[in-house]
Amino acid sequence: MSGSEKTVMVVDDELSILRFLRAALSEAGFKVVEAQRGRAALDLAVGRKPDIVLLDLGLPDMDGLEVLSGLRRWSAAPVIVLTARGDERDKIAGLDAGADDYLTKPFGVPELLARIRVALRHAERAGKADEPVYERGDLRVDIALRRVLVGKKEVRLSPLQFEILAVLARNAGRVVSQKQLLKEAWAEGSGTPESLRILVHQLRHRIEANPVRPKHLKTEPGVGYRLESPDD
Amino acid sequence: MEPTRRNPEAFLAQAAREAGAAAGGRLKVFLGAAPGVGKTFTMLEAARSKRREGVAVLVGVAETHGRRETLALLEGLEVLARRTVEHRGIVLEEFDLDAGLARRPPLILVDELAHANAPGSRNAKRWQDVAELLGAGVDVYATLNVQHLESLNDVVARITGVTVRETVPDSVIEGADIELVDLPPEELLERLKAGKVYVPEQAARATEGFFRLSNLTALRELALRVTAQGVGKALESYRALQAPETIWPTAERILVCVGPGPNSPRLVRAARRMAASSRAEWAAAFIESERHPLDAADRARALETLRLAEGLGAQTETYSAAGVVEGLLELARRWNATKIVVGKSERPRWREFLGGGFVGELIRRSGDIEVVVLRGDPGTNAPSGFFPGTSDPSTWSGYAAAAAAAAATTAVCFAFSAFLELTNLVMVYLLGALLVAARGMRGPAMFYSVLSVLCFDFCFVPPRFTFVVADTHYLLTFLVMFLSAFLISHLTLRLRSNAESARQVEARTAVMHALSRQLASVRGIDALLDAGLRHLAQVFDCEAVALLPGGDGLLNVKAGSGQPPVLDDKERSVAQWVFDLGQPAGLGTQTLSVVDALYLPLQGGSGPTGVLRVRPRTGPRPFDADQRLILESLVRQIALALEVETLQEDVRATKLRAEAERLRSALLSSVSHDLRTPLSAIIGSAGSLLQGSFSSADAQGRALLEDILEEAKRLARLVQNLLETTRLESTGVELKKEPHPIEEVIGSALGRLEKELAGREVRTAVPEDLPLVPIDPVLLEQVFVNLLENAVRHTPPGTAVEVSAEAGGGELSVMVADRGPGVPPGELERIFDKFHRATAGGGGAGLGLAICKAVVAAHGGRIWAENREGGGAGFRFALPLGGGHVRE
Repeated sequence: MSGSEKTVMVVDDELSILRFLRAALSEAGFKVVEAQRGRAALDLAVGRKPDIVLLDLGLPDMDGLEVLSGLRRWSAAPVIVLTARGDERDKIAGLDAGADDYLTKPFGVPELLARIRVALRHAERAGKADEPVYERGDLRVDIALRRVLVGKKEVRLSPLQFEILAVLARNAGRVVSQKQLLKEAWAEGSGTPESLRILVHQLRHRIEANPVRPKHLKTEPGVGYRLESPDD
Repeated sequence: MEPTRRNPEAFLAQAAREAGAAAGGRLKVFLGAAPGVGKTFTMLEAARSKRREGVAVLVGVAETHGRRETLALLEGLEVLARRTVEHRGIVLEEFDLDAGLARRPPLILVDELAHANAPGSRNAKRWQDVAELLGAGVDVYATLNVQHLESLNDVVARITGVTVRETVPDSVIEGADIELVDLPPEELLERLKAGKVYVPEQAARATEGFFRLSNLTALRELALRVTAQGVGKALESYRALQAPETIWPTAERILVCVGPGPNSPRLVRAARRMAASSRAEWAAAFIESERHPLDAADRARALETLRLAEGLGAQTETYSAAGVVEGLLELARRWNATKIVVGKSERPRWREFLGGGFVGELIRRSGDIEVVVLRGDPGTNAPSGFFPGTSDPSTWSGYAAAAAAAAATTAVCFAFSAFLELTNLVMVYLLGALLVAARGMRGPAMFYSVLSVLCFDFCFVPPRFTFVVADTHYLLTFLVMFLSAFLISHLTLRLRSNAESARQVEARTAVMHALSRQLASVRGIDALLDAGLRHLAQVFDCEAVALLPGGDGLLNVKAGSGQPPVLDDKERSVAQWVFDLGQPAGLGTQTLSVVDALYLPLQGGSGPTGVLRVRPRTGPRPFDADQRLILESLVRQIALALEVETLQEDVRATKLRAEAERLRSALLSSVSHDLRTPLSAIIGSAGSLLQGSFSSADAQGRALLEDILEEAKRLARLVQNLLETTRLESTGVELKKEPHPIEEVIGSALGRLEKELAGREVRTAVPEDLPLVPIDPVLLEQVFVNLLENAVRHTPPGTAVEVSAEAGGGELSVMVADRGPGVPPGELERIFDKFHRATAGGGGAGLGLAICKAVVAAHGGRIWAENREGGGAGFRFALPLGGGHVRE
């Protein structure tokens, strides 16, 4: 796939991590550029214009969030933040600063590749019209017609419930932070985290076969929600 | 409009009342206007009805006076045996406080609150016994006649002409429920005539005048008023809580000025009534005038009155100033008084006119502070005679000395009369006046002034040796001579007494300064106590010992001057009493005065921090009022220094803890990074090798790679658990608690374990309408993950796992269960301990359940394990729901 070869920039100060990422990513057909410092990453990004960035937040020379906002000043390339478990504050801060998604270390290769694919697809669609229909398994969301089908049955949703589902569907595969949902689903910004949780809860009971083990609408505890990627 | 704030003090009072209801007992007072209205009878009836409700009632003491109706009511109630005390050959029966305390009944009956205990009892008054019972959490029913109420004491005396000595401080009944036992006076008189009212024989005559219709009517009115006030207060606290929009007037602050006069106590009582009826704060002050110092007896009387005010609930203050008016106004401004209460001067009018008048001056200079003038002395230190200084009438020797001085002066004049003019002899007499006045006595100085004129007239004015005066010019000489002698005496005496009072003030100040210097120069609680106690011992010639509570809450001798004394049980109990109640006791006080030392509480900001025991070396002689005053202020100073020191030590400890905490979390994040990074690399690398074109390895190689991957993941989980445990254990775990549907958390935990749960049936029973529960979702997800992993690890593959949740009793109960082999008996308790593993070889380091326990505990919940009926283990935990978040 040399023609459509995408460039991934990996920013991490650990050589061992860089090495396996390089191996796994080139194996999957990506061109890989590497940086071990934040400063170097910003310089490299200008020269190489990566299609996607994997960014570790704990860099020795500058705060990962600073690197992120530095990139965002001129680049719209998707950024996936690498963090450790338990650092929910970092994840939220990363998303708020313009990251597209995050990965919790240690992560497996399949997980990494899936996230990259989602982020790239989303970036490609940016600027173009929204995909009008989300379809995954028994769930079909027709955003333009505001219709939701589970199996063959149409599900009736309240306007807010639908709005939330629509925001998630437009970002399918990516985590959407609570803050982002509140901003996009509530026109006048009047929603509260608690009302959001209640609405998502109700939504799950409408669209999931077993709401306790959701297949489509997943929770990222302390961060936000994720509607799984649609069927290709 | 800005919403009116609720009075915070009302909240505090309510909280205190609720706390008191939980900790201390409640007092119910059956209040009567006079003996014979049936208080004991009513109390016993109330007790019987409580008894019928199933409350175990103990009769501590009930004075039936042998009346049949009352005795009948006692039947079936348990009566505490009385304690017998022998006093001067008479055997007295008293309420047995210790037996009552030992029994700790839910409700005890104690008749006659105002009763004075026999000498030698622990408490001088029975109301003090009741206070101890209440403090021990026992509810008390008691009876009281309105005439025994401290603040009404003088009113009753005025109405009935009988002064009651046994009084009860108003503070005792302040928080109590009051039930009025009322009987119209006419009926009471009839009962009296019928012999139905018990009158002690020795007091029969005194009570004759007492039981008159007019007296009884007035007393009845008083009793009604006291009851109404109690109801009013209860209503007020209700209103303060129920009606936040009510606007509360800014509180009045009443300052009453006390002096040595006999009417001062009445003034204090009047001020207290005034304060009570307008719900005002009040304080009493004794102003020491530097211009007109008081003698020792007058000071003691004034301080006694001040103590009465303290007993009635006033803040008290002794204040020194140039004059009474200045001092009073200074204090009033500093204390933000809205009203000053003083007594009307009873000095003759000409003196008011000459002196400008205390009241007049006060009113002129009081500005916006109201001045209330009541009948009684003005509380000034204005001397009762014209001469300031001591006026002890017993000093006849002073008069003799004055006479002798007059005689001596006359003798000297005789010797010089040949050489000196008469006018110069007058000078010699005046010199005598100076000498007599220098001795410091007012009467003799006056006496000398008169005597000298008479001697001069008799001995030297022609015709000599008669009182006849030939030349009327000499009358002017006499007048001038008398006035000069008089003025010289007056000024000398004043100078002397000023010097005396300055010396006293200076001595007191010096003592205080010396103490504060010493306290300021040492560090550490032990050194502070040591310095303070040594100082006390020096100044008061006494043994001073500090008793501080040890780890077991009991008081121990901590530091002292000289040999540490061995305290017997009695002294220990006195010290404990002082510590518990925060009031002085022992030598020279009203309480437990049988011991030969004075016990003073070390009052800190939040209750007593210890007790000081002060025993005079010169024998068991109580300290006088002045000494007590200085002693108490020294002790206050020591207590203050101790408190500051304790606070500083706290601050130091907190700083140290914070520093340790900072270090710990820095270490934690560095260790966590260093442990995780290689694991991430191993997992990622092994994963890559199993992927794509690398996966060229043969089956055996693949199996090894898979092992590396799985074991590295296991190691990662272990590290994660270890770090999580350490983080939870460090003191400042911050929970980000917000209301969440528990279903969501369960869902994400099940999602995370999809691979581990593969091939197992997962049964869930989570009702849709469960209320939201306040939790930290990240931590709680970890709890579910750990419990589920635990179930997976300890059951054969393919065994079903169950997760259920339900709400009830203000809690959300959750169960993660399986149908595996269950938990070995005896392990159920220890299974949540760190590094404890129920079954060997199951994998894991026994940290997962410990984390669950820590997280659930941090949420204020509880967690436990059980073996289920029909086999299998059930892990349950319950979280408080808190608040009323009900799903719409």
